[in-house]
Amino acid sequence: MGTGKSLFDKVWDAHSVRELPNGQTQLFVGLHLIHEVTSPQAFAALREMALPVRFPERTFATVDHIIPTDSQRRPLSDALAEAMLALLERNCREHNIRFFGPESGHQGIVHVIGPELGLTQPGMIIACGDSHTSTHGAFGAIAFGIGTSQVRDILASQCLALSRPQVRRIEVSGKLGAGIYAKDLILAIIRQLGVKGGLGYAYEYAGPAVNALSMEERLTLCNMSIEGGARAGYVNPDEATFEYLRGREFAPRGEAFERAVAWWRSLHSDVDAAYADRVELEGRSVPPSVTWGINPGQNIGIGEQIPRPEEVPESERPALAEALTHMGLRAGEPIAGTPIDVAFIGSCTNGRISDLREAARVARAGVVAPGVRALVVPGSQAVAEQAEAEGLDAIFRSAGFEWREPGCSMCLAMNPDKLRGREICASSSNRNFKGRQGSPTGRTLLMSPAMVAAAALRGKVVDVREIL
Amino acid sequence: MQVKQRIERVSGRACVLRGDDIDTDRIIPARYLRCVTFDGLGEHAFEDDRQQAKGDHPLDDPRFRGASILIVGRNFGCGSSREHAPQALMRTGFRAFVGASFAEIFSGNCTALGLPCVTLTPEALNSLQDSIELDPAQEIKIDLAKKLITSHAGSVPLSIPEGTRHSLSEGTWNATAVLLEAGAAIERTAATLPYISRFTR
Repeated sequence: MGTGKSLFDKVWDAHSVRELPNGQTQLFVGLHLIHEVTSPQAFAALREMALPVRFPERTFATVDHIIPTDSQRRPLSDALAEAMLALLERNCREHNIRFFGPESGHQGIVHVIGPELGLTQPGMIIACGDSHTSTHGAFGAIAFGIGTSQVRDILASQCLALSRPQVRRIEVSGKLGAGIYAKDLILAIIRQLGVKGGLGYAYEYAGPAVNALSMEERLTLCNMSIEGGARAGYVNPDEATFEYLRGREFAPRGEAFERAVAWWRSLHSDVDAAYADRVELEGRSVPPSVTWGINPGQNIGIGEQIPRPEEVPESERPALAEALTHMGLRAGEPIAGTPIDVAFIGSCTNGRISDLREAARVARAGVVAPGVRALVVPGSQAVAEQAEAEGLDAIFRSAGFEWREPGCSMCLAMNPDKLRGREICASSSNRNFKGRQGSPTGRTLLMSPAMVAAAALRGKVVDVREIL
Repeated sequence: MQVKQRIERVSGRACVLRGDDIDTDRIIPARYLRCVTFDGLGEHAFEDDRQQAKGDHPLDDPRFRGASILIVGRNFGCGSSREHAPQALMRTGFRAFVGASFAEIFSGNCTALGLPCVTLTPEALNSLQDSIELDPAQEIKIDLAKKLITSHAGSVPLSIPEGTRHSLSEGTWNATAVLLEAGAAIERTAATLPYISRFTR
């Protein structure tokens, strides 16, 4: 039994302002990110209470959920989207908050731009009115998704009132196979622990297979912690973390950077840290994974069959039946070969440059199958610019993919990018909930971006390793 | 500043919504997040589910009309952090939620609106659901002080995180005022953080 501290403990304790009368902790929030969907009501509440923003320099804003991906030209073609964007701009101007709008060159999905600008740093408490804030844990930060009332709390006080979760260590041994990505790993973890397994926990991801992941892969891993029920997930910072941050716009520079690295190193979980529990997973056992149901835990390896009712615990059988009815898939059938209508590459889970490079490697091998609509939506303007400099946009275009402008797009369909009717979509996003991609009867198959590209070329779900 | 509203008891008729892992996209589809206020969300709660159920959804069941307590399953409110979800349910008339478990962001959002999320053991939840479905007109009483839920099936203990119970019963569930009470301690904590005090360029 360990007596040391985990990174979680160290970061939590460093940010504790005080214990509250109700037993929760008042935590200082080092980085607050906001966007157009969950902030307007918070600013309105602040105005109603006649309160200023306490630390305007610790909040950064961008526009991502509602922005169209065909053209970001102002005024936006969608009047309601334009109104939401204009209100965010006004709120930021009024409260002296830095806003990365479409004209800034830094606009993008909030969980893509935080890391790429160097705003996201080890040892911070980070919060954003978006459940995928867990993404930022990739840097050894503790990052929480929050609701609009808490956005209001942070604007007013730079603090959150939270109960301390337990910490579960998830250790992945060995290494992932060729053609297997962080997306497959997190899907495998959620499949094993379930979509409610993480309730009350923060996940610490560790072990050789995790340490070998690039920073962008770690972002993918931490991003979907919330799909496993864990509000936060993190990886201890290491050389890869420090090298990623070196030279980023908002990262410390020169001698300050060296001082920062020394502090960041000290945050690493102690070897004898105490955890509520530990889970082990074998890296080489992780297959290319695909969801067959209506929550991210309902996934299998590409070579497996959709479970039959008798193969799952009795308590899960109604959920299985409901999922198969919605999906129009049959128990006992292989997931490979399932025909698709749409392919979506993008989102805060898999819309970064390394994701686009892997998808482009596949796209080079052919053209999009007849009848398939395929979209590539870069996660940020910086990702788009880099991809264009590398000629990835040309590869996608010549293979028949649409190359779009940055935003959340078809991950949650708050802009015009939506499924129609019962369309079925191979998607690199994070949620396969009923109706998630904009059509109440639409269907989603979650998988890695390379797998989505492969599905686009073949018109059906295939093992990407056949193409790579 | 808002007046403190202490929430120690919620009572009323209940609506039973069976099923686990009901996500916030189902509670309020994303297209209704295209707004800058929470007004009018109530009429869209569970819109797609209700449409697909063609009138056979618990929220459209005349026996449950006027219910102020929603009885759910496990992991209710998973997925998106959208506060629009509890806002929509609150505007439909719900004042409390009873289930086997709740997603954390959802229950935190509920607390911030003064809506208790309480949990029961699976057995107790089952008998409560059965009892309400047999007699939907009965009054259900949630007592946060005694930590009991009472129905025709009897009184059973409920669980609620102590911090949440405390905030609701003390009327401090709107956290802004509580957090501001820390005063200059906020700036003092900030000053101890190396990334604020020592790495600035």
